[in-house]
Amino acid sequence: MNEAIMIAGMALVTFSVRYVMFAMAGRIVFPVWFKHALAYVPPVVLSAIIAPLILMPKGYLDISLANPYFWAALVAAIVGFWRQHLLTTIIVGMIAFILLKWITS
Amino acid sequence: MLSIMVPLYFTLIAFMPTSRSKEFITGAKATIPMIIGAIPFGIIFGTLAESSGLSMWGAMAMSLFVYAGSSQFIALGLLATGVSPIIIIGTTFVVNLRHLLYATALVDKVKHLSQGWRFLLAFGLTDESFAVVNTRYSDGTDNSRAHWFFLGSIVAMYGNWQLCTWLGIGLGELFPDMTHWGLDFAMSVTFLGIVIPYLRTKPMWLAVISAAIFAMALRELPHQLGLVIAAVFGICIGYASQQIGLRLKPPTPPSPSNKGAAHNE
Repeated sequence: MNEAIMIAGMALVTFSVRYVMFAMAGRIVFPVWFKHALAYVPPVVLSAIIAPLILMPKGYLDISLANPYFWAALVAAIVGFWRQHLLTTIIVGMIAFILLKWITS
Repeated sequence: MLSIMVPLYFTLIAFMPTSRSKEFITGAKATIPMIIGAIPFGIIFGTLAESSGLSMWGAMAMSLFVYAGSSQFIALGLLATGVSPIIIIGTTFVVNLRHLLYATALVDKVKHLSQGWRFLLAFGLTDESFAVVNTRYSDGTDNSRAHWFFLGSIVAMYGNWQLCTWLGIGLGELFPDMTHWGLDFAMSVTFLGIVIPYLRTKPMWLAVISAAIFAMALRELPHQLGLVIAAVFGICIGYASQQIGLRLKPPTPPSPSNKGAAHNE
């Protein structure tokens, strides 16, 4: 029951955010400062999500060789800046992670 | 699942006049790189669901009705720590606010369509489809039927997401220890890949780095509050440094458009 309420709520808020602008069809005009600030939302939220996952997988800051999350992310970032290609970044990062995890285990 | 999706796809195409079906197929094809990126992501969501305390049907319903990968993962993380549904819904709202930006960028292209069309296109407005569709709308060709391209991208992305969730649930049953393989790294590396093309200006770098530091420093706060505060701080720091930068420069015509769409491939 709790699960159904949670999923319905998540669906409702997600759809509302996606639909409100389309529903009003341009009748909502945001101030310029708001549009500028909005441009920072996607990368900021995504990096706030992944930073603790990559740098603190055990709950404390860990950039030792025993943390494959950090080193694989570093490899992926270098490839990402170099190639600027999403799929390559993901695949190289995953391979690096699997190799590092295998070596350190 | 596949046995439903494939005939449905071809039935849809068969009833469309050629120029529309052409747009539809082109949209689906343009989304293929995004689909490949989403495959591990969707499978891992399915496999992690049960160990996080979400039922099989809950996982499937989430993919069907919420259809937002990152917030589905965050919901799993929160469920595992046992927080209330209200907190999970609130966090979903904050994390998905970025879709408001995507809708703002596209609204001029869809405002002539019927409310039904706009409803459908809004439902499928993910990070991935936005990136593909925004490129289509700004390529300089005739846009009068581009909403069929948009729909094609959504149908392909959505079908794949359902298929992968379902596959992941099955794999999770077969290999219960899969959750210890550390495959959650696929989400981290996908997000990392999405963030990288944004990092073209100093304010963006400042915003992203400060958000990351705040998120780590505040991770002990309950209910993922640290994530929300870190995001707000990051946005403020980015915006403030952009404003300071603007003031320092000689006056030039402002160009506020398409800043956020910088991650097009």
